[in-house]
Amino acid sequence: MAVDLTLVSFFALAALTLVSGAVVAFSRNIIHATVALLGCFLGIAGLYVQLSADFLAAVQVLVYVGGTLTLILFAVMLTARIEDVRTSNTSTGLPVGVALVAALLLVLGKVATTTAWPETPRAPMPSTAKLGHALLGDYLLPFELGSILLLAAMIGAVVLARRAVKRNWEKA
Amino acid sequence: MHLGLVHYLTVSAVLFGLGLLTVMTRRNTVGILLGVELLLNAAALNFIAFEHFVAGGAAGQVFTIFIITLAASEVAIALAIVLQVYRGHRSILADRLTDLKN
Repeated sequence: MAVDLTLVSFFALAALTLVSGAVVAFSRNIIHATVALLGCFLGIAGLYVQLSADFLAAVQVLVYVGGTLTLILFAVMLTARIEDVRTSNTSTGLPVGVALVAALLLVLGKVATTTAWPETPRAPMPSTAKLGHALLGDYLLPFELGSILLLAAMIGAVVLARRAVKRNWEKA
Repeated sequence: MHLGLVHYLTVSAVLFGLGLLTVMTRRNTVGILLGVELLLNAAALNFIAFEHFVAGGAAGQVFTIFIITLAASEVAIALAIVLQVYRGHRSILADRLTDLKN
């Protein structure tokens, strides 16, 4: 019997994603949780490739793994004291949370399995050109708003994170 | 066995549940932010899966690009706020930040 490689890679990527996600949700060490987020992002990037979104997979790796994760690691290092790092990420109210999430998953599973989705799987293809035309055509305004948002976020982060220190020449 | 939409929806739903659990139960503010990242990624995966199997076109991938943009700016602002909170309180545990309670 021939093994379907798509199936095997799907289950491998899904396992990587979900196990890393579970570590993020349950690890008591904030550093472990942050590094586990790396596996989760990489697994999702792999799933994007399977779903013929190759450009997004590259963006996922570049932005999340290269940018967001580094930023979060910096924040962890700047805020967690090293001596109590083993219990730096404790949880509270876990039973209630698990019950609520189980109820939510029941509803989601019911919706996903009973709805008759009109499934027509498409052949894998490069998506970059299609995406570029969409971003500079139908979605031009949201695209420009996104760049303004990024600029505002950058300035806001700088203003928020700096120390309010007066230089000598400012004191007067 | 045929790989269909339901498989991706399952992965996405479980990931969403894990993210929600993280947001609800964590005490460390950075831990809560990690949960928000899980939630956003689960939603983005759903967009891509629906685009591939149901909708077609480019809308799903465009929305995912915007999700990634929003997540990047959100995390920058949120971490700046966390740093300021740490400077003011020497702690970033969410249940110790009760200044407004009294």
